[in-house]
Amino acid sequence: MADTATSTLHVELVAADRTVWSGEAAMIIARTHEGDIGVLRGHAPTLSLLSPSVVEIQVADTNQLVVAAVDGGFLSVANDRVSVLAERVEMAEDIEVSQAEVDLEEARRVLDSSNEAEQRVRHAEARIRAAEKVKKGI
Amino acid sequence: MAVSLREYRARIKSTESMKKITRAMELIAASRIIKAQQRAKAAAPYARELTRAVSAVATFSNVDHPLTREEENPRKAAVLVITSDRGLAGAYSSSVIKEAERLTERLQAEGKELDFYLAGRKAEAYFKFRGRDYVQAWTGFSDQPDYEHAAEIGKALIDAFLKEQGEDGDVDEVHVVSTRFRSMLVQEPVAVRLLPLEVVEGEEAPEADELLPLYEFEPSAEAVLDGLLPQYVQSRIFYSLLQAAASELAARQKAMKAATDNASELIKKLTRVANQARQAGITQEISEIVGGVNALADAQAAND
Repeated sequence: MADTATSTLHVELVAADRTVWSGEAAMIIARTHEGDIGVLRGHAPTLSLLSPSVVEIQVADTNQLVVAAVDGGFLSVANDRVSVLAERVEMAEDIEVSQAEVDLEEARRVLDSSNEAEQRVRHAEARIRAAEKVKKGI
Repeated sequence: MAVSLREYRARIKSTESMKKITRAMELIAASRIIKAQQRAKAAAPYARELTRAVSAVATFSNVDHPLTREEENPRKAAVLVITSDRGLAGAYSSSVIKEAERLTERLQAEGKELDFYLAGRKAEAYFKFRGRDYVQAWTGFSDQPDYEHAAEIGKALIDAFLKEQGEDGDVDEVHVVSTRFRSMLVQEPVAVRLLPLEVVEGEEAPEADELLPLYEFEPSAEAVLDGLLPQYVQSRIFYSLLQAAASELAARQKAMKAATDNASELIKKLTRVANQARQAGITQEISEIVGGVNALADAQAAND
């Protein structure tokens, strides 16, 4: 099967209510609970849990970089097909940094009181990082 | 004529304005239904990928997870009833509630106690009016549900399911009663068991070259399953909510179309009766005049 496949990865970045991005990519970088993972063509089939973090997709045959923030979810790789699933996925271009900072502050304030707050802090941080990454790139 | 022409005219007028309202509601429902269908379509990839992932884990590890474990002797069941917030949708809500009652009877016959969870103001009103208990109700989103709503409902149900038997609020099974959107014309109420999950291994019969590959799990198969299954449950609920929303709008469009047609029919009938009344009035006036003239002529002839 590998010899008939093209030399790219097919990536689907899917949120609960829509497909955020889908297309061919050269590489995808995400952060799992175990640490950062980079997926190239021919990667072994993997299913892993993601942390709230930034996902980077190097679009095939261009220098374009797609950056998005996820709030957890999964990464599944099989037969050069990668799907990233998360309840909430935001493209870096769509993230309002000021809003994310407000969320971060709020989440930090309640950090001691609930377990969920830690998730929220990480998610907010990931959104800010994603937005900043895109700005620097431009 | 018992009713005067003026009253007929007033009735025609009020029927006409009613027709305008039902016609507007029909058009609104028709335009929203397309959006609802698009949302259901947009949510499909997530459900598909999630199902794929779950069956991948299920195929390659021995699934034994609290969410898939059958209680040996189930005593309590939770029922989630998904209805609409607003009426004027024909039998939409009542047929869901009827289906829920059927399920209730069946479960009670099996000797299970029931906890109700309700979505939609109609179900809540139904239970309140009859003084029946329910555990929790969510309202205000029936025609355009967000994933957050599904997540909230899912969390409540999973929490109840995971409690130990005997603990307060524990349930051993979770059923969902909602409406499936078959087509614009057909929506049917369905009752399905949501928990414990039945993980179907390889739902779509994989083709020879599409065998599910041997996955590596990070951090471990158990942890992945731990993360996957609650999301799977929530996505199933989200899917039910979206289907219910589309069904509600379709039912409303159908009901409003029927109401508009009835109003047209009624206007036609009333116009006929009103015309008849008008004609009768004119005839009477003429005969009165003729009678008057004749009487005058007779009187004059007598005088001469």
